[in-house]
Amino acid sequence: MKISCPICGDRDIREFTCMGHASMLNRPDPHAGAKVWNEYLHNRENPAGVIDELWWHGQGCGAWLVVTRNTVTHEILGARLARDVKKEMRDAG
Amino acid sequence: MRVDGKGRIDRSATRSFSFAGKSYQGFAGDTLASALLANDVRLMGRSFKYHRPRGVLTAGSEEPNALVTIGSGAGQEPNVRATMQELYEGLEARPQNAWPSLDWDVLEINDLISPFLSAGFYYKTFMWPKAFWEKVYEPFIRNAAGLGALSGSDDADKYDKAFAHCDVLVIGAGPAGLMAARMLGLAGLDVILADESWELGGRLLSETEEVGGQAGSDWAAGVAADLGDMPNVRVMTRTTVTGAYDGGIFGALEKVGHHGPVPNGAPRETFWRIQTKRAVLAAGALERPIAFANNDRPGVMTAGAVRTYLNRYGVAPGRKIAVFGNNDDAHRTAMDLQDAGVEVAAVIDSRDDVSVPVDAKVMAGARVVGTKGRLGLREIMIDTGRGVRPLQVDCLAVSGGWNPSVHLTCHMNGRPVWEPSIASFVPTPGAVPGLVACGSAAGDMATADVLASAARVASDIAADLGKSAPTAELPEAEGHVYAIEPLWDAGGKGRAWLDFQNDVTTKDVRQAAKENYASVEHMKRYTTQGMATDQGKNSNVAALAVLADATGRGIPETGTTTFRPPYSPVALAALGAGAKGKGFAPERLTTSHAATVARNAPMIEAGLWYRPSYFPQAGETTWRESCDREVGWVRDAVGVCDVSTLGKIDIQGPDAGAFLDFVYTNTFSTLKVGKVRYGLMLREDGHVMDDGTCARWGDTHFVMTTTTAAAGQVMKHLDYVHQCLRPDLDVSIVSATEQWAQFAVAGPKSRDLLNALLDAPIDNESFPYMGCGPVSVAGVAGRLFRISFSGEHAYEVAVPARYGDSLFRMLVAQAEALGGGAYGMEALNVLRIEKGFITHAEIHGRTTAFDIGMGRMVSSKKDCIGQTMAARPGLVEDREELVGFRPARPTGKLLAGAHIYPLDGDAVRERDQGYITSVAYSPTVGTDIALGFVRNGRNRMGEKLRMMDHLRGEETLVELCDPVFVDPEGGRLRG
Amino acid sequence: MVKLIAKSAAEGLLPVEVAGVRVEEIVAPLASLSPFQGQDAALGKALKKAHGVVLPKAGQITQAGEVSCHWFGLNHVMLMGAAPDASLAKVAAVTDQSDAWCRVRMTGEAARDVLARLTPIDLRDAALPVGATARTDIQHMSGALTRVGEDVWEVMVFRSVARTLVHDLTTSLETVAGIAEMRSA
Repeated sequence: MKISCPICGDRDIREFTCMGHASMLNRPDPHAGAKVWNEYLHNRENPAGVIDELWWHGQGCGAWLVVTRNTVTHEILGARLARDVKKEMRDAG
Repeated sequence: MRVDGKGRIDRSATRSFSFAGKSYQGFAGDTLASALLANDVRLMGRSFKYHRPRGVLTAGSEEPNALVTIGSGAGQEPNVRATMQELYEGLEARPQNAWPSLDWDVLEINDLISPFLSAGFYYKTFMWPKAFWEKVYEPFIRNAAGLGALSGSDDADKYDKAFAHCDVLVIGAGPAGLMAARMLGLAGLDVILADESWELGGRLLSETEEVGGQAGSDWAAGVAADLGDMPNVRVMTRTTVTGAYDGGIFGALEKVGHHGPVPNGAPRETFWRIQTKRAVLAAGALERPIAFANNDRPGVMTAGAVRTYLNRYGVAPGRKIAVFGNNDDAHRTAMDLQDAGVEVAAVIDSRDDVSVPVDAKVMAGARVVGTKGRLGLREIMIDTGRGVRPLQVDCLAVSGGWNPSVHLTCHMNGRPVWEPSIASFVPTPGAVPGLVACGSAAGDMATADVLASAARVASDIAADLGKSAPTAELPEAEGHVYAIEPLWDAGGKGRAWLDFQNDVTTKDVRQAAKENYASVEHMKRYTTQGMATDQGKNSNVAALAVLADATGRGIPETGTTTFRPPYSPVALAALGAGAKGKGFAPERLTTSHAATVARNAPMIEAGLWYRPSYFPQAGETTWRESCDREVGWVRDAVGVCDVSTLGKIDIQGPDAGAFLDFVYTNTFSTLKVGKVRYGLMLREDGHVMDDGTCARWGDTHFVMTTTTAAAGQVMKHLDYVHQCLRPDLDVSIVSATEQWAQFAVAGPKSRDLLNALLDAPIDNESFPYMGCGPVSVAGVAGRLFRISFSGEHAYEVAVPARYGDSLFRMLVAQAEALGGGAYGMEALNVLRIEKGFITHAEIHGRTTAFDIGMGRMVSSKKDCIGQTMAARPGLVEDREELVGFRPARPTGKLLAGAHIYPLDGDAVRERDQGYITSVAYSPTVGTDIALGFVRNGRNRMGEKLRMMDHLRGEETLVELCDPVFVDPEGGRLRG
Repeated sequence: MVKLIAKSAAEGLLPVEVAGVRVEEIVAPLASLSPFQGQDAALGKALKKAHGVVLPKAGQITQAGEVSCHWFGLNHVMLMGAAPDASLAKVAAVTDQSDAWCRVRMTGEAARDVLARLTPIDLRDAALPVGATARTDIQHMSGALTRVGEDVWEVMVFRSVARTLVHDLTTSLETVAGIAEMRSA
């Protein structure tokens, strides 16, 4: 498998670590309540199909990425810098 | 028998070799199999289950029978296919699966009791009595199982791994592969052409047909020469592409050193990981035998293999040869043999109305239904439709048709599709993204069609990659139609083999169907069809045809089993190349390593780091003696310990303080420059991740330390928090762990020691407890932190790593002059347990700040990672809390991992009160002491409980106490 | 007066030469620079003024005489060959890394074949031309690989794994030399 890092280009999978669902970017307000926090920490969509995940390019440039991939075909559909995605989320409120 | 004037062998270069202890001669360019056949050796092995005599069936990597062991001693290699082993001077080969000899094998008895050894035999036989399994059945099965044997010694050979990148990988260098590679190369693409043979050409080396008006092999040599001149084409011979993986990655095994003596440093094999944009599968097709009674005798082989031995190696595998087939391709064997002057006894074709331009007898509508000859073929039985008659032959060339090598196209869950016109499966386009099959791998059987499809595929790929391939000038080639009528099982009296290697017969497959193992995947596992090292290359299609027949379904409905990598066997040593011994993992060494080893300290692994366990002195016989002494040095004088392995992270920027407030439970933005604070980090779920100190070096500059164990994890976590959660914060996080050599100097004389080395002496005013700042260490700019992990008056002094070795030696010499010295991990651990300091033994991932008595460190005035969830019900009450343990009697033994139970009643899980995490013998206290967790433990000080170690069978009466055993007031720290 | 003695990361381990490929250690000041938010241009200016080098783009190195600047990761470059000027600290986080890395240079026609055994990245001219650099995996070690000349490559790994790097490079050098010998036989 390979992932196209937005900074480094195509790189072998061994340079990356999968760090779970990209919903981790959406950290709730500290006072959002138990239900919201429980959802954030413990519940994940597990689709047979397209999913957004956090990957860490630890043996490369050190960037955290939001990688979109298909869990059925293993196709990597795209990768963006997590910080850019997070900034967009903040800007969108 | 060698045939004059035939073959590509070099008759001027003889090669001596031995097989089964006897010496023979062959030529350069021979394989072991061709050289043995040239010497009239037909018996090359014994079958797996029935120990039937076996000879060579094929001339390629699909060979199921002729498996031999090459070499001896540590480097011996079992299960080498004689058909792939290039002959070299001095080659030593031994047969396998036969005892005492190949001619006379005791376990041949299995063949006589074969009615009891049919499909499902293991499942039915080794059932009861139950107790027999471990003592009788399993040892018996293990003894009989397996082909070949390992030497039992460490493999002395070197294996290698490497990465390669290209635009197009062309798999196979037959006519299709050569055609495609040349066009892609001319288009300017980076091409890798891989072929399992040492010579390019594929089937063209085995046939007499012409390509482009010249011998096919000459055409291949011409293309090979063209490719050699292209700097953008890399030709990899002796290389088998073994697997297709996600993202355009292919595995390939190159046999670097199997064809002669291996020079120093050179590997036996290189396992390649090839990354490519596109791939062309030009792997050709494999011929399949036909099942008929006793079709496994030495001398029965595929018709294409007979042509290979004749045309490529100049060997006639018999003196009187019959050809049996169901397709026109088989006829070429008869014609080639006749042209070479070898006697063709008969051509037997199962189809009616065939004509073959040979002088031999042609028997249309006939079948071979039996054979005779104990150690080799002597006679075949032919059912002519008007009765069965014998024919004396010593070799039978069989062709049941050709199976395209679809394997790689199925490695990512793809299934091939049935193509009735060739009675076989062809690849499903797009089954592996970027991989396109052409030539006979795609079902094109005539050479002219093969070349045309390769040219088409090559120009499509070139266009796809933005290049234009030159217009292909297709060389003239054979264009005859490949006509076939399926024939899977010709019948006859007796067992008819499908899978030669695993000894699976048509009867086994029918029996599986009868017992309702009707799915092809069930049949495979019940009969072990296709589960040997050849992965059913010769037999899978025929086996499922027999299954289809037995179950009354068609072949497409029956379907294939799953093709998995590797295409042909790969030694584990090749997959694990580079990871043996020191290659297994990097070794991280501190700057004090050489000096530490010189002092005979046993080293222990801490992650990838190597750290001293203790520093033994003359006269000490146990580690405890050394450890107790080192603890005493720190408590009474001064000790020195390398702590460079702790993570050191530079955190800089206008928002550095705010960032730390968010990752630590406590507040750092208020810390004064020149001060150090202990910090606790949680995971988002409220459990403790790590602890450490963080120093404020400047207004916008903090220096964080992490534990050795969590250094990588914390660095990753900080990057996560910054990039994923708080990219708004203007902060930079850089690891400086390796920049600094850092040493703990601990004990009442620590300041005296340091003042001997510092250019400006320090005192309690300039460096109070938890102070930090720059210092000049013997003229070198360093850093000094007054922190303690021992409870003593202590410092950590850091210098740039280039000076680490020198500073360590100096510190130890000074310490020794003051009545102390170097201490290791054992003493460090005792010192911290005596002081109740935690490590990852305590913060093991399931403990909270509350549990370790640091609940108040979670500031409620600010948000931080883990703060919300740390406050949830269940994490803040009725918990197992950090406590200390003492044995009730001074000699009582404490054990880490032991559990705690009430005094009365059974020590069972339901009554579990907690557990012990860290244990040490404390020379300061004079007894064993321990840290651990007990339910509501902080309110139970002084209570007596039972420590039970169920695993080691130890029980001790313990008393709960404060986890700080030494200097609870902390007076020594501030000293 | 006591004096601390300096030792380089690969002291006593290098140089090594096998079949025409030479590996030697380079010792020079290193400083990681990480521009504060919005200060990339300012850092570029300061670098140019103080050291004569331009701020490299991702995957690139820049050079001016003895001084070079290597891209070193997300938001991160490494100044090499000169102690960082004080002006840089106003616009970027500056961390001395002179002792943190083991930096070696490998020269020789077969160097690329040696590296192909240690790193998964594409080493072809188009992917890694002269002047290009990559952070990547060097036989399980976090490293940096830079093409400084046609047949000249620089490899950097953490100081603590210098011995492992030399072991791995030597093993691969011997492998490549052995294969060449086998082929020419």
